Amino acid sequence: MAARWIESDLVWSFRHRPGVILSALIVLAAVVAAVFAPWVAPHNPFDLATLNLGDALTPPAWASNGQRTYLLGTDDQGRDVLSAIIFGSRMSLLVGLLATLLSMVIGVSLGLVAGYVGGKVDALIMRIADIQLSFPAILIALLVDGVARAVFKGHLEDNLALYVIVIAIAASGWVRYARTVRGSTLVERNREYVQAARVIGRHPLAIMFTHVLPNALGPVLVLVTLHIGEAIITESILSFLGVGVPPTQPSLGTLIRIGNDFLFSGEWWITVFPGAALVILVLAINVLGDWLRDALNPRLR
Amino acid sequence: MIAFVLRRLLQAVVVMLVVGFIAFALFNFVGDPVALMLPPEATQADRDAMRAMLGLDRPFWAQFATFITNALHGNFGISLRLGRPVSDLIVERLPATLELAFMAALFGLVVGIPLGVYTALRRDSWVSQLLLTSSLVGVSLPNFLIGIFLILIFAVWLGWLPSFGRGDVVHLGAWTTGLLTVSGLKAIILPAITLGFYPVTIVMRLVRSEMLEVLRTDYVKFARARGLTDRSIHFHHALKNTMVPVITIVGLQLGGIIAFAIVTETVFQWPGMGLLFIQAVQFADIPIMGAYLCLVGLIFVTINLVVDLLYFVVDPRLRVERVAAAH
Repeated sequence: MAARWIESDLVWSFRHRPGVILSALIVLAAVVAAVFAPWVAPHNPFDLATLNLGDALTPPAWASNGQRTYLLGTDDQGRDVLSAIIFGSRMSLLVGLLATLLSMVIGVSLGLVAGYVGGKVDALIMRIADIQLSFPAILIALLVDGVARAVFKGHLEDNLALYVIVIAIAASGWVRYARTVRGSTLVERNREYVQAARVIGRHPLAIMFTHVLPNALGPVLVLVTLHIGEAIITESILSFLGVGVPPTQPSLGTLIRIGNDFLFSGEWWITVFPGAALVILVLAINVLGDWLRDALNPRLR
Repeated sequence: MIAFVLRRLLQAVVVMLVVGFIAFALFNFVGDPVALMLPPEATQADRDAMRAMLGLDRPFWAQFATFITNALHGNFGISLRLGRPVSDLIVERLPATLELAFMAALFGLVVGIPLGVYTALRRDSWVSQLLLTSSLVGVSLPNFLIGIFLILIFAVWLGWLPSFGRGDVVHLGAWTTGLLTVSGLKAIILPAITLGFYPVTIVMRLVRSEMLEVLRTDYVKFARARGLTDRSIHFHHALKNTMVPVITIVGLQLGGIIAFAIVTETVFQWPGMGLLFIQAVQFADIPIMGAYLCLVGLIFVTINLVVDLLYFVVDPRLRVERVAAAH
């Protein structure tokens, strides 16, 4: 079994692409750092007791007046930038993953129903998808976020803000899944195994989710990998605009927003390092997604 | 032909009605206007009087009809945060955003087309490889980071260009323009590059692939056989034929440019509609959000409609099926 896996095309194409291996290592490192952030990070940026305002705005360690303990410098509160980045990518990855998964669940369900039921339900769902597709995702996410703020009269509790941003990003991204799954469902629903299931009287929902869904899931996996990077960018944009995750639990976008205010007084490291971390993380995820798409697509071999 | 145009027009109207309905629902169900306008100690009788005065006691469809009529007259109520009519605020901010979007699209074409031609003609040179790779990196870069890095380099370190605002503007009737003053032109450079970065990569890749396609066609081979110069073949025969898809894609991108102007305007504190909208989202200022939504919806629907009709005119093969809009 293991030998077969190692000899597979997937592993072969992986081992012959140094860029892909590097990206995989970066993503792996980011995930490990995110999961074990409290143990990996040299400081805890949220523990007020350990913060020392005297250390505020320390430049990176290699600068003339930098300190060894703060490798990438500190911000205006004396928080270690490196630790903030580790905790920030934890938040970015968490929101990106949750939003992508929620988006997938919504899109796959609607696509299955549209494709399987057909008729007016199909027309309604796909028209909504068409309309939404003619607006950029960022606008939809901003709108959902704005409505949520209005409903809760402007103050969002920290935990609530997290759910709101996940829902906002998910609402902006479900269409791709619905379209793909609807396409495969239209093909699958006339197959014999589906007819057989119908004949023996299984419930339509059971047919959809236990018989049709597994056969329509292949392309969805590729969409997911490509969507995660996009969701992380959308989250960083919303947080940068100040309508994203709560400021008490900053993501990379929030850190960039905070650092942006110090650009002119010369403290460039507060914003440049989180920015670089975001670019490297998203680039690595996108390279992996591209590779997976090509490797799983037999037509491109 | 007429049936097609009518059907597309009908679709556009339906989409606008849906957008209008969402905006209407925002106004009426999300923020309770009565609670917003009356002091907390108001009695039930006061509330009922206010409801009657605002017409909120009328049936749902009658209210929606009034809303649509008002919207068609450009009346979106009064901003909760700024206390001024929303239409005035939008008219003030519109020129800044449109100028920025226009300059960004221009930047995308002026830089993207030559790069696309170069990468198509010199396919194997290292410069082409570098350009293509960096365009991939560019797509992974969120647009606010490009803006921040540009500010850091050109405004903070080199001090060549301003990093925020529009500079001096000239009033031409209701329109204000920053394109006629030196400080206004200097101020628009960095935001336009930031916003135009994504269109550059799109145009470059599109021109490249279209050029490669066209250079393989029989009429280009024939032109070579006739002994025409490379220059004449490349620019007269080949490039000309790539322009139809390029212009349509840039047209479709215009909507995206206006949406992403929200981010660019925040980075550069550019006094446009996007900045107005993002402040409205932060303060839950529903009338501005609704009006912005309707306006952007109108811009998007118009662009899609024009592109569809242009396809219809330009390419008889696409009479029904339309190339799906890039997200």
